[in-house]
Amino acid sequence: MARAFEPVVISANDLFDGRVIYLTGKDEWVPHLRQAELITDEEKAKHRMAHALALSDRAVGVFLAPAKAGPDGPEPGHPREAFRAHGPSNYFHGKQAEEA
Amino acid sequence: MYHHTEFDRAFVVDRAQRFRDQVQRRISGALTEDEFRPLRLMNGVYLQLHAYMLRIAIPYGTISPDQMRQLAVIADRWDKGYGHFTTRQNIQFNWPKLVDIPDMLDALAEVGMHAIQTSGNTIRNVTADHFAGAAADEIADPRPYAELIRQWSTDHPEFQFLPRKFKIAVSGSPNDRAVVKSHDIGLRMVEKDGESGFEVSVGGGLGRTPLVGKVINEFVPVADLLPYLEAILSAYNSVGRRDNKYKARLKIAVQELGIDHIRELVDERFAEIRPKFDGTDQTILDQIAARFGQPTLVSGRSTADYDAAREADPIFRSWADTNLHAHKHADYAIVTVSLKKHGATPGDATFDQMRVLADLAERFGQGDLRISHEQNVVLPHIHKADLAALHAALREADLGTANLGLISDIIACPGLDYCALATARSIPIAQQIATRFDELKLEHEIGELKIKISGCINACGHHHVGHIGILGLDRAGVENYQVTLGGDGTETMSVGERAGPGFSKDEIIPAIERLVYGYLDVREDASETFLQAYRRLGPEPFKAALYPEKAAA
Repeated sequence: MARAFEPVVISANDLFDGRVIYLTGKDEWVPHLRQAELITDEEKAKHRMAHALALSDRAVGVFLAPAKAGPDGPEPGHPREAFRAHGPSNYFHGKQAEEA
Repeated sequence: MYHHTEFDRAFVVDRAQRFRDQVQRRISGALTEDEFRPLRLMNGVYLQLHAYMLRIAIPYGTISPDQMRQLAVIADRWDKGYGHFTTRQNIQFNWPKLVDIPDMLDALAEVGMHAIQTSGNTIRNVTADHFAGAAADEIADPRPYAELIRQWSTDHPEFQFLPRKFKIAVSGSPNDRAVVKSHDIGLRMVEKDGESGFEVSVGGGLGRTPLVGKVINEFVPVADLLPYLEAILSAYNSVGRRDNKYKARLKIAVQELGIDHIRELVDERFAEIRPKFDGTDQTILDQIAARFGQPTLVSGRSTADYDAAREADPIFRSWADTNLHAHKHADYAIVTVSLKKHGATPGDATFDQMRVLADLAERFGQGDLRISHEQNVVLPHIHKADLAALHAALREADLGTANLGLISDIIACPGLDYCALATARSIPIAQQIATRFDELKLEHEIGELKIKISGCINACGHHHVGHIGILGLDRAGVENYQVTLGGDGTETMSVGERAGPGFSKDEIIPAIERLVYGYLDVREDASETFLQAYRRLGPEPFKAALYPEKAAA
């Protein structure tokens, strides 16, 4: 039986400063996962990914990042994505510091 | 210290300028990311989880106070106030902006530093014994040879597109502190009939296929070193597999084709190459050796202050007993400054600490600093009469931790906190182990015990050669830690054996605690180290401590 498609967001790193960015439904690259477009359909994911690659002037390493729905928007779907979304655990650096 | 020539200085300045142009072309859109990636990697620029990462070479681990101060400037001005010293005698900055990196490279070039060949499928930073030129057991200082290899391998046109990255380490002592047999080429200085030369090993490596290097030649005279290395690289360039990234290292060629076949290929190539070396390399080697300033070691100065401080101050005595090594001059000591304060990130130094280390190296240590592959800083030439004052200054800078070689002196890779390849975190595990054993006040009683932690199978944390190795993996989206036992990174190198099923992040610290108590129960006496006990008894008592339910069943 084929595995069910797990929800994703489109993510990348910013060309200028390397920070993690996400694609919204309005084709904007934003720094916060909760603002990203959560994609739950495989066909749509393929279509949006192709579109993201075409508009990725400032985005490096565009990929489909595992995510899940949360009360305030998408949340990380994998520990790796949790670190990308918040920052490292040994210092209060990265997005967790920017949001504080 | 090696003093750079005008050629060296012009070379790194030119390279930084070229990278500035490349960055501008990338930002303008003239270069795509696919075109730019190999260019940035050639200059040590990675893209990690949160940001770019700049890896800077510290060739053979030797760094001057001015260079250390410049690293402090970089940490302060363009990064987040600290740098991370790595297991390959590099320093990494975890938060640079791409647009700032050309300025960072210019700043490095001002002090003769660079990030060239710290990435890519080429010959990487040449590493060496961090006690070079100071150790009591040394045959000869390996650094002039390492510098010769650095100059030969930098921008060598034949070796810019190797099948995979290539690592060379050099030791000038019979006691191997440079883990030479875990390198593609390991050089260990030996003497034969009064002549100096190198025992050459090939095909060592850690990563997903850990292999101990095999001796390809028991004695290569100094005059044959470069042509012999060139012959090995040339043979590898021909037979190294390019069809599979995971089978592309020299170690796989040695494993698949056999050391005898590789030796034949190398010998054949050496016969062709050797006549083309007309002795110029030896002239350059002599010039390099002359550019390494020698420390001025004073005889006759009293060491009574040292003895008195030992008597009077138990904290100093504990540090001296733990963090000093024998110097070739009896009145001096080699000091290792631990970057492993309990609970801190292994290998990290703040810009303030870098400045203090630079100042102390000038004040007490002949202006000589080293970075060890064990992620500590070494002051190789300290007169014993200065040790108490040095220790006091180190403590003020939070650098006085007395734990060298003990359970909290842990090697750890950046892991999933930073690294795009990692499958689990390393740093918090190291922090928790160090903190726990500090609470237990046990680590001095435990004695020598090397724990090494990697956050993925690429093994940057050298877990295969830890007496206790910890490998972090991703098991269905959950961090899981495998334990290996009995690894050794010295001249008696061995690869650790997997103990059994992995542990969750909440289970791993208690498991290590059980393992260590199990060792204390079975050791013959306090002089028998963990590794010695493991080699005497085999894995069973250690596995029983790790998996008590299984032992009881």
